[in-house]
Amino acid sequence: MSDPLEVDNVIEARGLLKLYGSARAVDAIDLSIRKGEIFGLLGPNGAGKTTTILMMLGLTETSGGSIEVLGFNPVRQPLEVKRRVGYLPDAVGFYDNLTARENLVYIARLLDIPRRQTTARIMEALEAVQLADVADKRVATYSRGMRQRLGIAEIVMKKAEVAILDEPTSGLDPHATFELLEMIRGLKKANVAVLLSSHLLDRVQSVCDRVALFNKGKIALMGTVVELANQVLGAGHPILVEASGIDVPAVLKGIEGVQRVVPEGGAWRIVADRDVRAVAAQRIVAAGGSLTRLAELQPSLEEVYTRYFEEARRAA
Amino acid sequence: MQRNQGRREGSPFTGLGPVFVKELSDHLSSTRMMVLTLFVIVFGALPVGFTLQTLRQVTQSDQFLFLRIFTVEPEQAPISFYAALTFMIPLMAIGLGFDAVNSEFNRRTLSRVLSQPIYRDALLLGKFLGGLATLAVALTALFLIVFGAGLLLLGLPPRGPEVARGLAFLVVAIAYGGVWLAVAMLFSVIFRSTATSALCALGLWLFFFILWPMIAQAITTGFAPSQFRSVDEVLSLEAFGQALQRLSPGTLFGEAVIGLLQPETKAFGQFANLVMQQTRGMIQGTPLPFDQSLLLIWPQITGLIAGMIVVFSIAYIVFQREEVRA
Repeated sequence: MSDPLEVDNVIEARGLLKLYGSARAVDAIDLSIRKGEIFGLLGPNGAGKTTTILMMLGLTETSGGSIEVLGFNPVRQPLEVKRRVGYLPDAVGFYDNLTARENLVYIARLLDIPRRQTTARIMEALEAVQLADVADKRVATYSRGMRQRLGIAEIVMKKAEVAILDEPTSGLDPHATFELLEMIRGLKKANVAVLLSSHLLDRVQSVCDRVALFNKGKIALMGTVVELANQVLGAGHPILVEASGIDVPAVLKGIEGVQRVVPEGGAWRIVADRDVRAVAAQRIVAAGGSLTRLAELQPSLEEVYTRYFEEARRAA
Repeated sequence: MQRNQGRREGSPFTGLGPVFVKELSDHLSSTRMMVLTLFVIVFGALPVGFTLQTLRQVTQSDQFLFLRIFTVEPEQAPISFYAALTFMIPLMAIGLGFDAVNSEFNRRTLSRVLSQPIYRDALLLGKFLGGLATLAVALTALFLIVFGAGLLLLGLPPRGPEVARGLAFLVVAIAYGGVWLAVAMLFSVIFRSTATSALCALGLWLFFFILWPMIAQAITTGFAPSQFRSVDEVLSLEAFGQALQRLSPGTLFGEAVIGLLQPETKAFGQFANLVMQQTRGMIQGTPLPFDQSLLLIWPQITGLIAGMIVVFSIAYIVFQREEVRA
């Protein structure tokens, strides 16, 4: 990290490569994650997300390229990296025969946290994830959501500078998911850079500052959700119009600035270069139609994702 | 590739202490340990009880009477205490080690633990030492019980050399347990299923206890000439047979224990003993001093420790190459 321009990056990968035999699990990706942001790794199963994460932690060897985490090389200095990075694996496991507190004590010993601080830091972490009242129950009695929260508590206790969460919300009910996402936002507030992988797109969209879309070991798209939408769905203001009684497409096409009108499930989607909602309403009413719905469409990650993979499949 | 990018930094033993302490406390508080203890008491105490009864009827003087507790086959059951240990210790070690690594994998705790500042070296070594310490605690307790029972029922205290020999016996027993613990851990690294790993370790144990003596015997017989022309030929064939037998850790343990607990032992093997008596003027029945006995069984002790290290190293190499992901 000698380059002053990159000083804010906590994770920096250049041409990162992982081969399993002749298969390219991760195919020369470039990735940089900034301090204090929540970064989402998206993509279908087997696209290389978990492998990328394992290489960042030095838990699997790289086959080429370079990677730096907080200025350390995970291949040569894994202990330094792992001291500063918290990891919540996919379907995290704990020692079921121990209590939550005992599980954290073991990790605290591995982290070499001074004994006098251990109790306070564990309680602080368990309070942050609302598990303080069940701290002395055996983990065997915990629900899946509670286990995930205990995993977050471990990261809080570690005072990690970077948190890497692999599929943190998979298998959780909506309420537990909501709670977990709140905790992930809490990590960000504590100035922790968060890297999370997921396939629950609408959830990811609500917390991520930037996302990278993985496809067959490569990063297909990277940027904010809006940037990705512009790239895949085209720039402009998408609007959904539902009306009857008139020739709706003809009226809509007559509006200045409208580029496309596409039928969509009994309604029409317009893409325009500016916000044309007011004009569209006026024209439809003036033409004698009855306007039942008029909405500005937020670009959704799900749409970007679906559209991208449809096009990728068509191109293949 | 990246391998020659440079050496990894940081001590491989970072985190060894916490892993060791956790393993030890897990073992000592587990139900499994209670079952194993029960097992040991039943299989260890029974021969000792019978042996003590037999020994109480002995009237002739014996300067190593106390050590006979370990080696004499009682009248009621044809099994001495050390023979019981020969097959008990592997069972205990396998019980402690067969799920050392794969259970962490199955509970999905492995990747979480390895994402802490710790190398795999420390995790595996900590688990091994934790198991070995548990084994040592159990065996020491058993020894103390046997010593105590001997004191009470024979009414005579052990002499200095007997205590020394008894302690050496304990050390050899722990080393013997270490070999089987390493074997069990090797299988726990190779197989993801704990049942498969336990089955393989027990299979190997049965192989060495039941099949190997027969196979070694058969091979030796196959190599025997139709007619022996000299004493040397007889001796070399016996040595060959012994070498085969000694591939089994049980044989090494048995010889080491006999050398320690029967101070009269001067060589292993029928013919070797005979030759020793006839050519070197050694008198049967006179005991060797402790240091000479130790010298006699030194190869057996080093063999056991070397076996333990070799098997552990193989487990270590396999573990280093394993992917942590599910």
